[in-house]
Amino acid sequence: MLTINNLSANVGETQILRDLSLTVKAGEVHAIMGPNGAGKSTLGNVLTGREGFEVTGGTVDFDGKDLLALDTEERAREGIFLAFQYPVEIPGVSNMEFLKAALDAKRAHQGLEEMSSVEFMKLARETCRQVRMDQSFLKRGVNEGFSGGEKKRNEILQMMLLQPRLCILDETDSGLDIDALQSVSDGVNTMRTPERGFIVVTHYQRLLDYIEPDFVHVLAQGRIVKSGTKELARELEAHGYGWLDSEVA
Amino acid sequence: MTDFQQQALQLAQQQTAPDWLQDLRAAGAERWSATPWPTRRTEHWKYTPLAPLQKTDFGGWGQAADAADIEWIDAEAPRLVFVNGRFAPALSSAELPAGVVRFADAGADQQAVIQQHLGQIVDSERHLFAALSNAWVEDGVLVHVPQGAQLASTVHIVHISTPEASATTASQRVLIVLEAQASASVVEHFASTEASQNGFVNSLTEVQVAADAEFRHSRVNLEQEDLIHVGGVHVNLGRSARMKGFTLAQGSRLKRIDYQVNHRGEGAELVLNGVYLPRNRQLVDYHTNIEHCVPHGTTSETFRGIIGDSARAVFNGRIHIHPDAQKTLAELSNKNLLTSGKAEVDTKPELEIYADDVRCAHGATVSRLDATALYYLQSRGISQAEAEVMLSFGFINELLREAPEASVQSYLRRRLGWLLGRPEPLARHLEGATS
Ligand SMILES: Nc1ncnc2c1ncn2[C@@H]1O[C@H](COP(=O)(O)OP(=O)(O)O)[C@@H](O)[C@H]1O
Ligand SMILES: [Mg+2]
Repeated sequence: MLTINNLSANVGETQILRDLSLTVKAGEVHAIMGPNGAGKSTLGNVLTGREGFEVTGGTVDFDGKDLLALDTEERAREGIFLAFQYPVEIPGVSNMEFLKAALDAKRAHQGLEEMSSVEFMKLARETCRQVRMDQSFLKRGVNEGFSGGEKKRNEILQMMLLQPRLCILDETDSGLDIDALQSVSDGVNTMRTPERGFIVVTHYQRLLDYIEPDFVHVLAQGRIVKSGTKELARELEAHGYGWLDSEVA
Repeated sequence: MTDFQQQALQLAQQQTAPDWLQDLRAAGAERWSATPWPTRRTEHWKYTPLAPLQKTDFGGWGQAADAADIEWIDAEAPRLVFVNGRFAPALSSAELPAGVVRFADAGADQQAVIQQHLGQIVDSERHLFAALSNAWVEDGVLVHVPQGAQLASTVHIVHISTPEASATTASQRVLIVLEAQASASVVEHFASTEASQNGFVNSLTEVQVAADAEFRHSRVNLEQEDLIHVGGVHVNLGRSARMKGFTLAQGSRLKRIDYQVNHRGEGAELVLNGVYLPRNRQLVDYHTNIEHCVPHGTTSETFRGIIGDSARAVFNGRIHIHPDAQKTLAELSNKNLLTSGKAEVDTKPELEIYADDVRCAHGATVSRLDATALYYLQSRGISQAEAEVMLSFGFINELLREAPEASVQSYLRRRLGWLLGRPEPLARHLEGATS
């Protein structure tokens, strides 16, 4: 479903991604680990077409489409979803309006009718229950004054409402307590179906105990330097990234 | 005198006002003639040139029309409608709450109230266009609520400009008098049916809020593009009086609105919120001046503007705390969002404090749409245009939510896409927004 081929990207003058290649098939969960500053978030930003992240080489194919030719919103409507490492606060815009706008945009793209407000409210409330978020959060401003854990739950809530094809989770587990971690993992596991792919960026084995990956990759200095199965994650947890220097060189 | 000043005096002579208003008219004309025409060096008109007034040759008074295609803010509420400055009975409610009357229909007691207060609340030595309004007073609306009474229903006073108002003038006058412990809510709605109407509207509202009375006021200025509107709201607050004011203006060629509120009695409370949304090549200028003359008064004033395209906004907010006004609490905040590289704002919040035991704060900011927030919304499939409307809405939502009338809130929400210069469907999610 997603084929990244020799992708290179700059932020400003600085090259961050260097000939990165990765293939994600439907139904697979890929974990990406790697040191701070390696380019993990940059990959998410590039895949979602964020301004300021300039692709300088390579291709990205998503379900047979040239992903890099699409605008950010078009990519989302095609089924790309990024759970942000730092979800954005938007005071004054209610979570509810935001979620409905997003879902309506997606449905319009699929040629479906807008959901009625009543139907939508029901769906939103039900999804809130699933991520164990209080319904009062629907009325508040988008992420406004939410705690770290509440923001991450809100990301998963959006993911569950939008039912994307490819979910990219950028350190969704960082800073979560056990309860929130459980909610987030449950969310992901419910969504884990043969039609859907996941890229899960994390620093911790802990998350992978809940969400068992099919593949684990190490991203360092802008490229995938090692790939393996879930055992690789355990090794990384035990030994850190120090060995990378010798191996990569 | 400038050509426009001359022309304005000739226009006054074409009117047929009742005898009992003649003294005020004469005094107004005199003041108007004696006041030097504002220039770029006149402090209160520094950023707002009056050139558009001088450039147009105003041919006469607007003509009556008994149809106008506008959406009422609240179709059920009692209303008085003026089209091109002329009373439009066909569009107005047959029955009005007790205490609401046109000057033209005022009985002897009501004439006495009008004569006592009209032109007395506003300081026409400091407000040139108030002098003009006095010179031009012919008809108007009186809302008079006696001691301890409550106005039976919110009253809407609607001023509409239609194509018949091309290059003509209109004068709008409102007087609201709340006696002690009275309460009332008034909505003033200014609209035009087409963008190309190039008339001039001079409007003036005077409000007397006596001790312990409570006044709620909304003033929505939506005349479009080519219209020139100079208006003012002038208020005296008595002891422990309360006022909650809300105003919103879309821009036009020249739209200048003054708010002057005088804390005359101790312990009065004022909340004044405003929103301005100029776009295209429009201009909106809000000048507010709050005078704390006595102790224990409270003012909370918040204005926010979203300025798009090549539009310009001016906000000048002054709070003046006199030496006797100890224990005053005053807050003034002005925030501006520029949604285009060519949009401009001149903001000047001023606190002048001559008492030592007061708590005051003021601040102003100018910012642009937050790129990270836009990206976040777009990453969820929301188009850039819709994301911009959502962020703009978020910027003013807090103030809309505090508008004193629910009907004003929902009316403005329904028209938000239009107000922000975007096709209607973009704001569809905001319509029922409750947050
Ligand atoms: N907006 C930006 N401006 C400048 N440098 C950036 C920006 N975003 C990321 N970088 C740089 O790119 C590199 C990779 O960052 P990032 O992708 O966030 O790493 P990771 O998520 O793996 O910790 C870092 O050196 C970081 O400083
Ligand atoms: Mg990161």
